[in-house]
Amino acid sequence: MMATAPRTKPKLAVWKFASCDGCQLSILDLEDELLSLAGAVEIAYFMEASSKVVEGPYDLSLVEGSITTSHDAERILHVREQSKALMTIGACATAGGIQALRNFADVEEFTRAVYARPDYIETLATSTPIAAHVAVDFELRGCPVDKHQLLEVVGAFLFGKQPVLSGDSVCTECKRRGNVCVAVAHGTPCLGPVTHAGCGAICPAYNRGCYGCFGPSAGAAMPALSHMLAAHGMQPGEIARYLRTFNANAPAFRAESERLDASGGKGTS
Amino acid sequence: MTKRTIKVDYLARVEGEGALHARIANGQVEHVELNIFEPPRYFEALLRGRDFREAPDITARICGICPVAYQMSAVHAMEAACGISLPQPLRDLRRLLYCGEWIQSHVLHVFMLHAPDFLGCDSVVEMAKTNAPLVQQALRMKKAGNAIIAAVGGREVHPINVKVGGFYRTPRRDEIAALRDEIAWSRDAAAEALQWAAGLDYPDFERDYQFVSLRAADEYPMNAGRIVSSRGLDIAGDAYEKHFAESHEPQSTALHSHLIADDSAYLVGPLARYALNFDCLPADVQAAARAAGLGPVCCNPYQSLLVRLVEVFYAFGEALRLVEAYAPPELAAIEVMPSEASGCWATEAPRGLLYHRYDIGADGLIREAKIVPPTSQNQPSIEDDLRGVIATNLALSDDALRQRCEQTIRNYDPCISCATHFLQLTLERDEKGAA
Repeated sequence: MMATAPRTKPKLAVWKFASCDGCQLSILDLEDELLSLAGAVEIAYFMEASSKVVEGPYDLSLVEGSITTSHDAERILHVREQSKALMTIGACATAGGIQALRNFADVEEFTRAVYARPDYIETLATSTPIAAHVAVDFELRGCPVDKHQLLEVVGAFLFGKQPVLSGDSVCTECKRRGNVCVAVAHGTPCLGPVTHAGCGAICPAYNRGCYGCFGPSAGAAMPALSHMLAAHGMQPGEIARYLRTFNANAPAFRAESERLDASGGKGTS
Repeated sequence: MTKRTIKVDYLARVEGEGALHARIANGQVEHVELNIFEPPRYFEALLRGRDFREAPDITARICGICPVAYQMSAVHAMEAACGISLPQPLRDLRRLLYCGEWIQSHVLHVFMLHAPDFLGCDSVVEMAKTNAPLVQQALRMKKAGNAIIAAVGGREVHPINVKVGGFYRTPRRDEIAALRDEIAWSRDAAAEALQWAAGLDYPDFERDYQFVSLRAADEYPMNAGRIVSSRGLDIAGDAYEKHFAESHEPQSTALHSHLIADDSAYLVGPLARYALNFDCLPADVQAAARAAGLGPVCCNPYQSLLVRLVEVFYAFGEALRLVEAYAPPELAAIEVMPSEASGCWATEAPRGLLYHRYDIGADGLIREAKIVPPTSQNQPSIEDDLRGVIATNLALSDDALRQRCEQTIRNYDPCISCATHFLQLTLERDEKGAA
């Protein structure tokens, strides 16, 4: 390695809020790189992988999950205090996740629908991204994150540079991969034109329209997309539902789905 | 007079957020409680009003470790509702995908979460310092499992290729053939790992479990079968809700599953599958299990580590068979038209029986969803194990007893994110009787 080795290894912490664990699992899915990574950083706090807890402060905190309880709203403040750099990993931490569908509904009704004793459930009315609560140094997209992007981001941090990740749409990745355009060639509804790059255009490579795991791309032209989907025969309510999955609360997707609802399309209740 | 409290505020090396609280008074175990403080995410509520074809993608997000299990239970339940069943080649491809998930989930648990307990390590990273070849072998096996999921499903976590009616695209012959050599290598590695694990020191502890799992006519169960128990239950999957129910225990934070007939607790997962389907394992897998010291039934929960490795060895063999026989099916999917109906299905997730039921309308929208994951079914068993373990280890120091309790919980590979949507959540601040 060319860089001068630091005297002590940077301390890495991995935190979980409301989530499925899939993004932190992506760290353990780095089968070829995991042991090297553990050699380059001190894994100081990672409850899913280690029962050893090293006290903060931490040089880099990776945060998975969204804020859905008052307890977690407090906890994220403590995480921020202890972290020199804080990066969110995945759609829950970056946009609120699938659990942000409560933001469009009545959370008390949700609680009654799932739990026999709603009075025992303590939760907030909304699921919000980490950046709504504390300053975030970098947001990594995806439901789940792409593990190679995750490695790029952590590696960039170790060498003190900005991560090099494309902010383009999935369409550019699709072209690079040599996929046939499923929207143009097959008339398959696809969110690729407005979805942030990062997955490598997996869905179109499997004859499927993109469903927006990585959230809106920079400058996503939402009304134009709705127009295209309507031309494929989708009703406004169906388009709104299509935008309301794992990144439903991301501003561009949220604004467009609410515009469609207000335009008189059939809502999704 | 003497009171002891054993507390673990945040369980490590499990999937999700949980805690343990046990109270001992005058040498008696007074109270044991596995606390789930993972926040609720309301899947059953937010599925209402969604298109029936969205269920596999949405329910996958319940768990990043076993998304394929959610996808499999969801698509089969929808297909049952719509009255279709898939041709054998598509069923084989789903079985191959499930093999990949069993492998990556079991290898993750055995080596990264569970084995460190037996070796006195905090993590797999620490374990690698003294057992480098073993850990490298484990990572390579895990990668081979993930490669199967990626080839069939498009990516490892939250695969995108699973569809109600089949797949969006069936893999080409060369995409599947490319998996073969690593699977063959990994099968041998799994056999070696099983021999290694046979030499670990397992606490001497057995319980008379009521095992529950699927049982298929002619194969070790994954995607299909009747629901059977070690006490004679034998029902079709769609009778699940007539025989099993969840109830709210006043002293507990959880919805506990139990058999309706006698209110009894039961166990799902590798130990149950193995005991109820040992005869369905190929002769060489049975022989490997026996060589590792296992009989046809294993009632020691710590030895679930061995049983998981038996299943890994089996799953690599099954994957090898399916890969070598693979020819792309003629159709990637059969078209499924929604009708006003209810459909349910259970499959074998790595952690055990996973039941889904959906009521859908003629418009294809979901009206009601019910999901019962393995960890909520096992919760009464986990607490019963803890009661027994604490009672027989009272002589241990608090630290040692706490560690033993954590290890006991990890025997189950509990998936707390899964369980959370179904377990009651309380933050029990009231610690009456704390020492």
